[in-house]
Amino acid sequence: MNKNIKVSTKNLDFYYGSSQALYDVSLTFPSNRVTALIGPSGCGKSTFLRCFNRMNDLIPGSRMTGEILFDGQNINQPSVDVVTLRSRIGMVFQKPNPFPKTIFENVAYGLRVNGIRDRESIQERVEESLKWAALWEEVKDRLHTSALGLSGGQQQRLCIARALAVKPEILLMDEPASALDPIATQKIEELIHELKKDLTILIVTHNMQQAGRVSDFTAFFYMGKLVESNETQKIFTRPRLKQTEDYITGRFG
Amino acid sequence: MSFEVQSSSPLTLERTAPMDSSQQAYQARLRRRKTWEGLVFSLFWGAVAITALGLFIILFFMVANGWQAITLTFLTEAPREAMTQGGILPCIVGTVCLALGAMAFAFPIGIASAVYLSEYARPGKTLRLIRLGINNLAGVPSVVFGLFGLALFVTYFRFGVSILSGALTLGAMSLPVIIGTTEEALKAVPNTYREASLGLGATKWQTIYRVVLPAALPGILTGGILGIGRAAGETAPIMFTAAVFFTPSLPSSLFDKVMALPYHIYVLATAGTEIEATRPLQYGTALVLITLVLGLNLMAILYRSRLRKKSR
Repeated sequence: MNKNIKVSTKNLDFYYGSSQALYDVSLTFPSNRVTALIGPSGCGKSTFLRCFNRMNDLIPGSRMTGEILFDGQNINQPSVDVVTLRSRIGMVFQKPNPFPKTIFENVAYGLRVNGIRDRESIQERVEESLKWAALWEEVKDRLHTSALGLSGGQQQRLCIARALAVKPEILLMDEPASALDPIATQKIEELIHELKKDLTILIVTHNMQQAGRVSDFTAFFYMGKLVESNETQKIFTRPRLKQTEDYITGRFG
Repeated sequence: MSFEVQSSSPLTLERTAPMDSSQQAYQARLRRRKTWEGLVFSLFWGAVAITALGLFIILFFMVANGWQAITLTFLTEAPREAMTQGGILPCIVGTVCLALGAMAFAFPIGIASAVYLSEYARPGKTLRLIRLGINNLAGVPSVVFGLFGLALFVTYFRFGVSILSGALTLGAMSLPVIIGTTEEALKAVPNTYREASLGLGATKWQTIYRVVLPAALPGILTGGILGIGRAAGETAPIMFTAAVFFTPSLPSSLFDKVMALPYHIYVLATAGTEIEATRPLQYGTALVLITLVLGLNLMAILYRSRLRKKSR
């Protein structure tokens, strides 16, 4: 097993009922790197992302075959405890989705559900996570006010802090900046840059510039198939396939 | 009153490119379309007016005939002289007891059922069948619930004619409403909350208990209280299970018989010896009942808005 590979998929197929959404995807994700998943709408990149924390389990009639190796263990088998899995693989969603609770309680949520009771350690972890997500300075005086009073960008960073609080090893980001304005987007991108020191990041994005800016590796999906993957720089400068080039340069998609 | 037909507006924009034949034909059609629109909306307005008027007349009738009966004595004393004098305190207390008892029974069971049905149960034939059953239950006449309560609680469980039997019957009657509104409220909770919670390693139950239920609570409580309020005004379900013609003392245990407002109205208006003489008392009792139900609803609304503010 390669120590630098945090997670990988082998011959992954995914079905919604009878329609297949992913075809034979095999891909590796290096530790402490950001990998961008790109491709036109409906190409299966979000479905792929949601395979890693078994979020697709929630969809009735969905089915997944193949292997997902997480630190060498196949997590696509019924015996895997998804509760623990999801505490190790965090997720940030497309639209900021803080709970209708206070800022503090949002970040503390993951700790509480994982059974941490000690008030002081919760307080420490909340502060640490908010600092990590570069939100602390903006909210430290209003921790006990509703999270819904924050701006969209702040809410998304709160969601990142919430995910970070349970100390995941991998962070899945599903178009985390698509609902945000350019300045908020920039903050998220800077944050991603910081976070990869500690985590492995998979990010789905529709924004080519963003993929170019934040990622080390890029994988291009089309119609449920992995078309091409490589170091981001190579994909963007010298893609092997014409199809990839056409998508990246905006000629289709 | 009817809605202003707009064709009389001072500025008529002439179409420079005629739609088909002539300018006049277009204008004539336009007038017809707008007249028709005015007519339809007038009809709808009329429907609203009839509803509002009906409601107003009932309320006015009740207040006009009943307000003189409402005195301190009326509200704080038991009936005297074959119910032609005195007050209705035992009825008020009885109805409040029945409503509270029904809530205590129906809320936990109703909410738990709804959570199971909408969060846990696998969609399929069984679930559809259960839903169908619940919906049908909501359409069962209240007197049937009364008989059901008589057979099950009063006779079979030997609870006798008592607050307990009556509250259970009223509770059973409100269950479909409570389950229905709770399911609606749960469905209104965005799925992103569930995903966020599960994504952090929460179990399904933790997700429901800590995120979904709190978010749905305002809707659940309002719906539930409205359902109980409706049940509390019913006569038929308590007629055989809880209410009695007359008892001078206030209830002291769940197994006591009680007087209740709706049943008291029924008794005064049909079975008393002095039906005409007690008219004002009948209206007074009805007014108290309406106020009580209205108060219950108001409480629900205030509570909901407070909860909503807290979560904002």
